[in-house]
Amino acid sequence: MNFLAITLALPLIGFFCLLLLPRHSKISAIALAATVLTFLASWGLIAPVRSSTAQFTSSINSLWIYSPGFQVHFHLGIDGINLWLILLTTLLAPIAVWISRSMITERQRNFLALLLLFEFGLIGVFSALDLFAFYVFWEIALVPMYLMVGFWGGQRRGHAAVKFFVYTMAGSVMMLGSIIYLHSQTGTFDYVEILNGIASGRVMLSSHQQLLLFLGFFAAFAVKVPIFPLHTWLPNTYAEAPMPATFLLAAAMSKMGAYGLIRYCLPLFPAAAQRCAGWIAVLAIIGILYGALLALIQPNIKRLIAFSSLSHLGFVVLGIFTFSQQGADGAVYQMIAHGISTGALFLIAGYLEQRRGSLEIADLGGIATPAPGLATAFLIALLASIGLPSLCNFIGEYLILQGAALTKFSWAAWAALGVILSAAYMLWMYQRTFWGKSSDQKHVIPDLTFRDWVPLLPLIVLMVWLGSYTQSFMPPISAATARILDQTSMSNEYRVDLILPGTTEFPR
Amino acid sequence: MNLWLIPFFPLLGFLLNGLFGKRLPRAAINAIGVGSVALSFVYVVFVLSKLYPLHPAYSEHYFTWIQSGFLHIGFDLFVDRLTAVMLLVVTGIGLLIHIYAVGYMAHEGGYYRFFSYFNLFVFFMLILVLASNLLVMFVGWEGVGLCSYLLIGFYFLEGFAGNAANKAFIVNRIGDFGFSLGIFLTVLVFKTLDFGKLATAVSGMPVEASAGALTAITLLLFVGAIGKSAQFPLYVWLPDAMAGPTPVSALIHAATMVTAGVYMVTRVSFLYNHAPLAMSIVAFIGLFTAVLAATIGITQNDIKRVFAYSTVSQLGYMFLGLGVGAYSAGIFHLMTHAFFKALLFLGAGSVIHGLSGEQDLRHMGGLWKRMPVTFITLGVASLAISGFPGFSGFFSKDAILSAAYAHTPWMFWVGSITAGMTAFYVFRAYFLAFFGSYRGHHHAHESPPVMTIPLIVLAAFSLLGGLINVPHWLSPAFPLAEHENVTAMAISVTCGILGIALAAYLYVIRPALAESLKTSAGSLYTLVANKYYVDELYSGLIVRPLETISRSVLWRGVDEALIDNSFVDGLFGRTIRNWGALLRHLQSGSVRNYATWVLAGALLMIFIFSFSGGGR
Repeated sequence: MNFLAITLALPLIGFFCLLLLPRHSKISAIALAATVLTFLASWGLIAPVRSSTAQFTSSINSLWIYSPGFQVHFHLGIDGINLWLILLTTLLAPIAVWISRSMITERQRNFLALLLLFEFGLIGVFSALDLFAFYVFWEIALVPMYLMVGFWGGQRRGHAAVKFFVYTMAGSVMMLGSIIYLHSQTGTFDYVEILNGIASGRVMLSSHQQLLLFLGFFAAFAVKVPIFPLHTWLPNTYAEAPMPATFLLAAAMSKMGAYGLIRYCLPLFPAAAQRCAGWIAVLAIIGILYGALLALIQPNIKRLIAFSSLSHLGFVVLGIFTFSQQGADGAVYQMIAHGISTGALFLIAGYLEQRRGSLEIADLGGIATPAPGLATAFLIALLASIGLPSLCNFIGEYLILQGAALTKFSWAAWAALGVILSAAYMLWMYQRTFWGKSSDQKHVIPDLTFRDWVPLLPLIVLMVWLGSYTQSFMPPISAATARILDQTSMSNEYRVDLILPGTTEFPR
Repeated sequence: MNLWLIPFFPLLGFLLNGLFGKRLPRAAINAIGVGSVALSFVYVVFVLSKLYPLHPAYSEHYFTWIQSGFLHIGFDLFVDRLTAVMLLVVTGIGLLIHIYAVGYMAHEGGYYRFFSYFNLFVFFMLILVLASNLLVMFVGWEGVGLCSYLLIGFYFLEGFAGNAANKAFIVNRIGDFGFSLGIFLTVLVFKTLDFGKLATAVSGMPVEASAGALTAITLLLFVGAIGKSAQFPLYVWLPDAMAGPTPVSALIHAATMVTAGVYMVTRVSFLYNHAPLAMSIVAFIGLFTAVLAATIGITQNDIKRVFAYSTVSQLGYMFLGLGVGAYSAGIFHLMTHAFFKALLFLGAGSVIHGLSGEQDLRHMGGLWKRMPVTFITLGVASLAISGFPGFSGFFSKDAILSAAYAHTPWMFWVGSITAGMTAFYVFRAYFLAFFGSYRGHHHAHESPPVMTIPLIVLAAFSLLGGLINVPHWLSPAFPLAEHENVTAMAISVTCGILGIALAAYLYVIRPALAESLKTSAGSLYTLVANKYYVDELYSGLIVRPLETISRSVLWRGVDEALIDNSFVDGLFGRTIRNWGALLRHLQSGSVRNYATWVLAGALLMIFIFSFSGGGR
């Protein structure tokens, strides 16, 4: 039984059910059932990765489009990198459905349908092993998100949605160009085939070609991460999107870009990746500090978490471009940890917004007195987010910075400044929001109910689990990143060879 | 031996009180909060008696915490003689202060919250002490910082408590920045973080070959110690930390957490021994902080702030000891300081409790009649911190100053004068509180036995604690140096007694003189009383500019004006619009329509492709 097929099919089935079923049926129950079943099915992906030594497990590979000279395979597979990202997605989706029941009141059926379609697209993006299929899934994930922001968002939703869409499309068009060009050079869209070709020397790309292709892919991924200075869609989109969409954007969708970098940019174009690594690392560090500094002065909690997200994702990019085992492991780990901690932050911010009708820090204050449960939950997520050791983000950040220090010590020193700033912006916001005397004595602020705690508890458990017992998660990640680094050929003499002036051809 | 049980009991206490405390009666909260630390203490005594004589060290491996490439970090705990001292101090004094807190916090809201945080602190402190590698130590290190934050902000309705809590955490993060860079560099050089493996690796290195890297590592780690142990220039958070309840000030901000830096430097002393430059810097920073804080202490009127500055100053002494190579003297002083400083704070707490929250020395006076137990025990503590012969502080301070004399004589002189200043300002506070006539308006009363009994126990230790020969106990790891120096001892003791005498003269015999001195010192007094304006300096030079730059330059400038308006909406947007004008006849121009089409197209493709080609 191929659990990947089931995991991929269930959200799509749920999507069609929601569209086709009669109006009076229990919409949210169906959506919840579809996402919970998807989550359960995705558990079946773990065992094969753990037990098998093959590069990809739970593979699906069938010919999808055929014409002479142009073949597209529906090729999907799981390794240690996308395994946890898919589990993260399938865990977050039911949570998003759960909170949508109370946070989305208008046209709930359409929203939930789009949410399921988004989940389908995202699982596809993470599991695709064919560049064409990858691109299709990439766009499938984009569109529902655009619609969710555009129709259900805040006051300036139109502007935010268009900005999000145009930014992302601009990036992905360049990726599409690269994919087509790569096909013209290699004759295939299949990721594994191209990698095998590179390894055996059948596929050869000059360093100019590599650079061009690399930049095409990089453009799409850099917008999606986002990497400074391509980030200006992020605060608007996060702030205007309805909370369940923000939750998915920050916790799951933001991993698409970083995943693309490590899955495609590194092993497909190793020479270009290494040539650009220094620049990208610097941009990542700028992003870390820039995001943190802007978070420091945000007047709105949603925007503050959005900028903190920019900062945290800078760590992921930095880790990937250290070309060290620790950096790559840390980057993948940080993607999961960030998904959980930032997801929880947005989730609780959503609860706060429901209660107070605003997330402007100036309107808040003294929430801890009427709602201690809410304040405690937020504090735990906040501590995870600022990298308190024994909670999830610490492991990723530590490994990334350790990897950076091994590659270039000054990178680690600069990036670690972001860790100081993260404490500053988060704690200042926490103090002004939750501590002190309440500014508004008239309204009663109910504490979290059982229904509110349900989606929160698994996230809190995971924060502690990921932070204190990494052996449950790390071995498959390490195995997969080691393979990627191997394919990127990080051995020193090889790297020196590439950097030497005058070498224009990719070594054969 | 199941070392994990030692931190496990307080962790359990934290979880029980934290999760269910709201619904538990007070007696149950007390039983859990105090009982967990008591169990931990009993278990520590049991383990140490079983493991005696504890040489060599005893370690236990539990599980792999982080494994990535060559880097292996285990969750390992270990006990050696140094750990033993710390374990007894943390659980023993921790237990006394937990008992005291039952009385002190009796009238406070958030009772269960207090005890759950307090237990959590003990848990992290024990992890810090038991860790057998730098990263597990870092878990405890940041964890105690978190608890410190939560407990300083315990009265979170008050703005000053929130500010103080944030300041403590953020300033500590600056120190931890150095600590973490030290960790990265250690891995870079040695490929391990395990104390045992590091010691082996260093001992094999010739001093000349390793001095550069080791100096960098030890200085970076010391930055962490500066933050956690409130040394110059990062000491500013500790005086503000007094916003927390007094038992917190006693346990966390005097007896245990702030000594973590001293413990850490001693733990990796094998690295410092190979970095003479770093050791000199440690000694110098320690001495400078000791003097600086002592001068500020003279001018403070809040009884807790006086003792807070004395903590900063005494921690400076400890670093002076470490810096001149007298590690065991530093740890000795750490222990005796834990006794008498915990007692000073608990005594101050008893005064504050008796005066319904009054902390200002100017509103006290003549309390000796109304609070006899507090009066006597606080007197013992004051004599101990002044290094009065026979009291515990005398032995440990003498050990440090003798070592300083043997190492660098001028450091000894400065240290001795500082000892005189210490005696002066501690007794100033003591005399202002207990002598003269009562200047306040509360009805003063002695504290209940649940508070006075811990005071009496700590007084006994402050008096006799010097007889516990810590340097001898630590001698297998830190060989005893022969620099007993009777002259040096006599000088430092004289300084202390002169300080006490001066305080007695100014605040008991001729109280008017102190005021006139204050006026005649004028601007100098204002400068010192305002703590040399260091807080204002940091705020003006770092915090405000950072905010301004972030707001005006980065946000309004780079983000909105440059990137968004010039490029995204400007250059890029205009180009799009121009093309759009050309193609408007073909397309509606509404992105929503495009999106619908892309969605429809994508779905259509899936269907067509899967039906036409998928089966092949």
